[in-house]
Amino acid sequence: MKREISVTLNGKPRTDEVEPRLLLIHYIRDVAGLTGAHVGCETSICGACTVAVDGIAVKSCTMFAVQADGKNVLTIEGLASNGNLHTIQEAFWNEHGLQCGFCTPGMIMVTKQILERNPNPTEEEIRHGLEGNLCRCTGYQHIVNAVKTAAAKTGA
Amino acid sequence: MIAHIFEYSAPTDLKEALGQLASGGKPLAGGMSLIPIMKLRLAAPEHVVDLGRIVALNYIREEAGTLHAGAMTTHYQIESSPLVRSRCPLLAEAASHIGDVQVRNMGTIGGSAAHADPAADYPASLMALEVQFRLASSSGERTVSVEDFFVDTFATALQPGEIITEVIIPVEDPSAGVSYQKMVQPASGYAIVGVAARITKSGGKVTKARVGVTGLGPKAFRAKAAEKLLEGTEGTAADIAKAAAAVSEGVESNTDLHASANYRTQMARVYAGRALSVAVSRAT
Repeated sequence: MKREISVTLNGKPRTDEVEPRLLLIHYIRDVAGLTGAHVGCETSICGACTVAVDGIAVKSCTMFAVQADGKNVLTIEGLASNGNLHTIQEAFWNEHGLQCGFCTPGMIMVTKQILERNPNPTEEEIRHGLEGNLCRCTGYQHIVNAVKTAAAKTGA
Repeated sequence: MIAHIFEYSAPTDLKEALGQLASGGKPLAGGMSLIPIMKLRLAAPEHVVDLGRIVALNYIREEAGTLHAGAMTTHYQIESSPLVRSRCPLLAEAASHIGDVQVRNMGTIGGSAAHADPAADYPASLMALEVQFRLASSSGERTVSVEDFFVDTFATALQPGEIITEVIIPVEDPSAGVSYQKMVQPASGYAIVGVAARITKSGGKVTKARVGVTGLGPKAFRAKAAEKLLEGTEGTAADIAKAAAAVSEGVESNTDLHASANYRTQMARVYAGRALSVAVSRAT
């Protein structure tokens, strides 16, 4: 039986009827039409589907949309404001922290969480923080550089 | 990967939740295990009772020599809690090794224990710490020791309709040295083997050793033979090696595509040696 949920998605409130088994990632992509968060492995390993729910980074393939009822959901589309990239987005661009770009939305969303909790992380802390996000192109070095650059910009 | 169809409720009150569980509901905690197995259709509960909105199950507090963690306390809350870090550093260390940032944000101590995955991180520490679980159902409450709680692979002392409400953890002796060392399966983050060690020393001798092991056998266990071998010694490298070699005594090792039984047994000894060395060096 469908249930009504109300979610504030990137600052905009919306109400939808969903099946309880609908995963949050499918709600975001198929119901709300925001395709920035990606479906990679769909088994809570790759992190490409990472979004923030009430400020907490989650793998949205491993959460039901009904669990987000009444909450604020932030996706990669909600980061830029007035056409200006978020500091973390800019850092990924400047440091070439991506090649194909598939993992990038998840990488950026988890970076946001890492820096919110630890504004000046060491390289080891950055790598520990990125453990739940897989990239098959870059070898991670430029991603780590991007997180460092973003930290320097936001911590300054 | 879509779960089978189910009814969903999200009570905010524990009593209400226990009533729904009594009539056959399946409890959903952080969902880090249940949701994947529902997606794989290894589980197809008809009614899922989401405990995520019961605020009264999420707390960490200290009372008379024990820490009390509500079952819905997340791994991130445990790893980042100043109280846990200072009063029970082993639990905080173990929590910081679980999965990844996103998993630690959602996964809960009660959910992890209740799922009783033989490769989960927490059970090694919960065994070494000799914790107790507070359980509740619609017909009442009871307290169960960790040794009685873990029964077998994915099997616990929980009865149908019963959930963990609280984990009761003894406050660590401030002079004790602790360590959790884990051989990680890099994709899943699960422990191929994980060893939690607690060491207390007095007058240059090891007076108390506690060793909890996960990943090796069908369930987490205390390596009591290893503990006994170390107690009373000075905790030298040779003493530790002797104790670590006994870590798998009496246990039938798991085998899977990541590690054969022989390899796993050997790794359990290696990681037991590492955990004991660090714990001994940290004990004052």
